[in-house]
Amino acid sequence: MTEHVAPLLAVEGLTMRFGGLTAVDDVGFAARAGEITAVIGPNGAGKTTVFNCITGFYRPTGGRLWLTRADGTRIALERLGGERVASRARVARTFQNIRLFAGMTVLENLLVAQHNRLMAASGFGLLALLGTGSYRAAERAAIERARLWLDRIGLIERADDPAGALPYGAQRRLEIARAMCTEPVLLCLDEPAAGLNPRETEALAALLHDIRAAGCSLLLIEHDMGLVMRISDHIIVLDHGRKISDGTPAAVRTDPAVISAYLGEDDEDEVESGA
Amino acid sequence: MKALREAALSALVALGLFAPIVGLRTVPGERGLMLAPQPGLVAVLVGLVFVGRLGVHAYDRLRPPPGRAIVGPRLAAATARLGAWLAPALIALALIWPALVGRYYVDLAILVLTYVMLGWGLNIVVGLAGLLDLGYVAFYAVGAYAYALIAEFTGLGFWTCLPMAGLLAALWGVTLGFPVLRLRGDYLAIVTLAFGEIIRVVLLNWVSLTGGPNGISGIPRPTLFGLRFGSDGPGSFAGFFHLTSSPMQRIVFLYYVILGLAFFTNLVSLRLRRLPLGRAWEALREDEIACRSLGINITRTKLTAFAVGALFGGFAGAFFATRQGFVSPESFTFMESATVLAIVVLGGLGSQLGVALAAIVMIGGAELFREFADYRMLVFGLALVVMMVLRPRGLVSTRTPSVALGAPRVIGAEMVAQGRG
Repeated sequence: MTEHVAPLLAVEGLTMRFGGLTAVDDVGFAARAGEITAVIGPNGAGKTTVFNCITGFYRPTGGRLWLTRADGTRIALERLGGERVASRARVARTFQNIRLFAGMTVLENLLVAQHNRLMAASGFGLLALLGTGSYRAAERAAIERARLWLDRIGLIERADDPAGALPYGAQRRLEIARAMCTEPVLLCLDEPAAGLNPRETEALAALLHDIRAAGCSLLLIEHDMGLVMRISDHIIVLDHGRKISDGTPAAVRTDPAVISAYLGEDDEDEVESGA
Repeated sequence: MKALREAALSALVALGLFAPIVGLRTVPGERGLMLAPQPGLVAVLVGLVFVGRLGVHAYDRLRPPPGRAIVGPRLAAATARLGAWLAPALIALALIWPALVGRYYVDLAILVLTYVMLGWGLNIVVGLAGLLDLGYVAFYAVGAYAYALIAEFTGLGFWTCLPMAGLLAALWGVTLGFPVLRLRGDYLAIVTLAFGEIIRVVLLNWVSLTGGPNGISGIPRPTLFGLRFGSDGPGSFAGFFHLTSSPMQRIVFLYYVILGLAFFTNLVSLRLRRLPLGRAWEALREDEIACRSLGINITRTKLTAFAVGALFGGFAGAFFATRQGFVSPESFTFMESATVLAIVVLGGLGSQLGVALAAIVMIGGAELFREFADYRMLVFGLALVVMMVLRPRGLVSTRTPSVALGAPRVIGAEMVAQGRG
């Protein structure tokens, strides 16, 4: 442990209570840079709550969320909160129920994702209103980046169609591309394979590998165990708001606690974990 | 059979409504007021409802079943084609309008253009950012009073006071924006409505500053590079150009001032739509949570929408004050907010051409039919109902993308969100 490198994201003692309900109870894990980390667990295990805490949609009741930048500085995500998790800490996310700007075109969706960069280039609207050249160059660059992502997800032909008119699988890919246009260091995907057919799932796995290869780390919630076991470097298993297992896919697969959580063992055990 | 039954039911409801409201008329008799029954009129009304319900049913049967998600691309394309020549035609007509018509119609056009400008201003808030604002008249009032008061106390001219009035209104836009940022939908609408009323009540009761119900009179008229209108001699428009002074000169000048202001509003809105700020407004209308996940500061984005919308409302208010030469709280009732909002909704949320057309139809139409007195409100209400049935998303309900790789295609209203505040 002499060469200890701080993980990209360190979750320490994360707790989230809604009134009397403890959705997430003292969960701690780490997501290392350049890896795909998966969070799995039965329905209602608190996976999405953990995600909402990390991405600033919830303010956790307790615990720390450290994001370590490439230069070694640490950011406390739970203190940033709101949209600054995306704009400052560069943590992007997608949603379980796709949230695209349905009435805007595919291209516009990708440009909105580059809002902050374009906004700065446009002198917060004022300079560009007068028509300065620097904004035009910035917009061209933004369109170029969007075009690059459209090529990668195979939607370049549909760039000028409204996002809401795309088929389901394409919408999922577009949401990932939109998140990637914010140039994140960590991309959080909430069930990216939900509702995809096997071929689309295959394409998704390839896309996620590409994203990791490009230097962006991934954190994903997923129910498709085939996909999770294949692409993840590291798996965290939650059940009833607690972490019950943490390790490589091979280790998690054989963990008795995980098997009992998914299949249910005997009544005593259920009472225990439910308490 | 079902149609007949529904029609009979509608007729019954109509009978229940009209029998007491229309059927009994009070007439002054020898022993005070007497009730005079009007069975004939009730029968006609009930009959109309019966036939009307049958007509609606027949229309439903004849109408083709709803198709794919993007309904009527042909219709959308036709609208776009129509818009392509209609907009330049309207602009050309607007430019030469005072040469074509007499004083009454120029005056009417000034009124219509004021509402076009207000509509375009509100369109930024409601149409683009999707924030339902029922108190837009507040900014109109702030602009008008700001101009009146600044001009009165400092003696500055119209062109100096105009930006100040606009900026003050924008400041109030931000002031309103801050507390209501957390509210959405109906709650936002109610608070903005209250804000509009607060401004009016303050103007009514702060007698020492605003003159209360008496208003402010003697507001200076605008000048053309320092040349006055409506008088002869040196320093006046007529004197400088060696013309005989006529009231028409000032009206035509006012017409071009408001035309210029309206064009300015339109240009800024169109340009903002293509900039990141405008795109963020539209994204906010589509999905606020997704905006947050992309690092867009929602507070700031909403506030800019309120501020820019209020800015143009303030400009329009300043123009209103200088045109009338007199402002009083009576001009800034909720009815004004409702009219401007109706223009925006009727025109199609987010559509510049639609708003202009709606303002022409609503304001121009209402003025032209003034002689029909109360019936025009009836016709107006009927027109709104017909619009709701035929074109629920307004006259121009398509959205033009702000940027495109290929040829831009319009987006059907079915896709576009209306915003929930």
